Amino acid sequence: MELINLGIKSIFIENMVLAYFLGMCSYLAVSKKVSTATGLGVAVIFVLTITVPLNWFLLEFILNEGALSWAGEQFAAVDLSFLRFIMFIAVIAAMVQLVEMVIEKFSPALYGTLGIFLPLIAVNCAILGSSLFMVQRDYSFIEATVFGFASGVGWCLAIVALAAIRERLKYSNVPDGLKGLGITMLITGLMGIAFLSFVGIAV
Amino acid sequence: MRALRKILDKQKPLFQKGGKFEKFYYLYEANETFLFTPNHTTGIKGTHVKDAIDLKRMMMTVVIALIPPLLFGIFNVGHMHYIATGQEADFWEKVLLGLQVVLPVVIVSYAAGGLVEVIFAIIRKHPINEGFLVTGMLIPLIMPPTIPLWQVALATVFAVVIAKEVFGGTGMNILNVAMTARAFLYFAYPTDMSGDVWYYLGGQQYADGFTSATALGIAAETTVTDGVQPVVATLASTNNGMFEFWNMFIGLIPGSIGETSTLMSLIGAVILIVTGVGSWRIIVSVFLGALAMGYIMNLSDANEYLSMPAYYHWAMGGLAFGAVYMATDPVSAAHTEPGKWVYGALIGIITVIIRVLNPAYPEGIMLAVLFMNVFAPLIDYFVIQANKKRRLQRATV
Repeated sequence: MELINLGIKSIFIENMVLAYFLGMCSYLAVSKKVSTATGLGVAVIFVLTITVPLNWFLLEFILNEGALSWAGEQFAAVDLSFLRFIMFIAVIAAMVQLVEMVIEKFSPALYGTLGIFLPLIAVNCAILGSSLFMVQRDYSFIEATVFGFASGVGWCLAIVALAAIRERLKYSNVPDGLKGLGITMLITGLMGIAFLSFVGIAV
Repeated sequence: MRALRKILDKQKPLFQKGGKFEKFYYLYEANETFLFTPNHTTGIKGTHVKDAIDLKRMMMTVVIALIPPLLFGIFNVGHMHYIATGQEADFWEKVLLGLQVVLPVVIVSYAAGGLVEVIFAIIRKHPINEGFLVTGMLIPLIMPPTIPLWQVALATVFAVVIAKEVFGGTGMNILNVAMTARAFLYFAYPTDMSGDVWYYLGGQQYADGFTSATALGIAAETTVTDGVQPVVATLASTNNGMFEFWNMFIGLIPGSIGETSTLMSLIGAVILIVTGVGSWRIIVSVFLGALAMGYIMNLSDANEYLSMPAYYHWAMGGLAFGAVYMATDPVSAAHTEPGKWVYGALIGIITVIIRVLNPAYPEGIMLAVLFMNVFAPLIDYFVIQANKKRRLQRATV
């Protein structure tokens, strides 16, 4: 039950994009077509589901103060938490490489359309943000996995919905000054209002 | 009629190209097409649609369908006032008081929104959007009777500009304009939109022992208080049986001005469905979705609200009003027919989820409609993809 709550919370209430505005760059840039957006969304889900638990291990067994005690008495007092950012980024970058190779192998078309934004997942703030939230909120391993997966789903949902809206916007008559990013920002804000519907929900 | 036509024809050159008021052509055009059927015809080439229905006619149909809830709302505001203050009054006194409260809200909403429309029409050189006739009527009906007028104006302007005009006007928006107005106020001025705002008191006090909560508020309360009795009994025992099912169905309960009466909304629904303006699929699926979710909730008996009879959701709050007038908005709803079923059903389901499981909001229809507005294009996308796939399979090369 707790886990379901955490999942719902991470997907709808504390949505990475619509509540924290994390991962905006690719969110705004790759949301022109639903098919590409879905591809990127799934990639983000994948990366998040892997990296958050991986980083949890890293944190628990290497980086935290006293985490190294399994290696011997002399390491018990070592505190490596200052290495947190760089280690997290390294794990994320490695995972993104993996995803990139998989996509290139199985879907060259998607690989082509995602272009530079695929490697850029490595610096997508939503990914690093999730790992850091995991640290801040003291999640257990299971919670971290659920959190990573659900955050990814929330991000994916938001970008796919935005892409569908933007496809429909082709029939709109947006003022020149707002075309492109301007109107997308406005839509994101309006989507944020709509997503407020789940604030406070608890199963 | 002929005199009117003469006046219009006389003025026309002033507004046409090269005329004195060239800039205000669309203002003139709006008046002309409002009074007379435009005599445009299609060219020689292309498809010819032989039907008198245009956007203006369609929107007027919705406005007509909105008259029952409006009239009932006017009466109900007065009725609620006299009940809450414990006074006796006859029918006309109630109507008169209701008019005093409701009419200014309607006028402010139309004036503020109309002004924005005209400004945008002149600057952006597009015809004045008839869609505003409906929005301007919907906004007052979903406001509490105690709403300060300046907030009505502010919300209307916000919604018309941010939710509609930046997308290019009627027919191009993503979110339902009236619901955006309400959501804006709801989050910007929560104290004026929830809590003790559902009775217009006019400076008087509540009668002794009178509870100012709404049906939904009471139902949500029963889940937390100890020594619970079933929600139905609690509702029926409040304010001399004000919240018995049929009373709620007729709409003699507190709430936003026009949303209380399920009966009146259903009359409006009949008008919309018979004229073909509103989608019966959406209306039916919202009701069914809410009912189904209500039954699913009944499976659990963790608290009393969960085990409330599912059909109560139909009569409480603004579900019917939202289903008939908000969810069916042809612009922000799903456009494909199978998509409408999904869209409507999800609105019903989410509404009940928010009502029962979300202690932050007593009512869920507003946010459910907005939420599904966001996902309507996505639903359409999937329906269209499925259609394409099916047709490709059928095609033989």
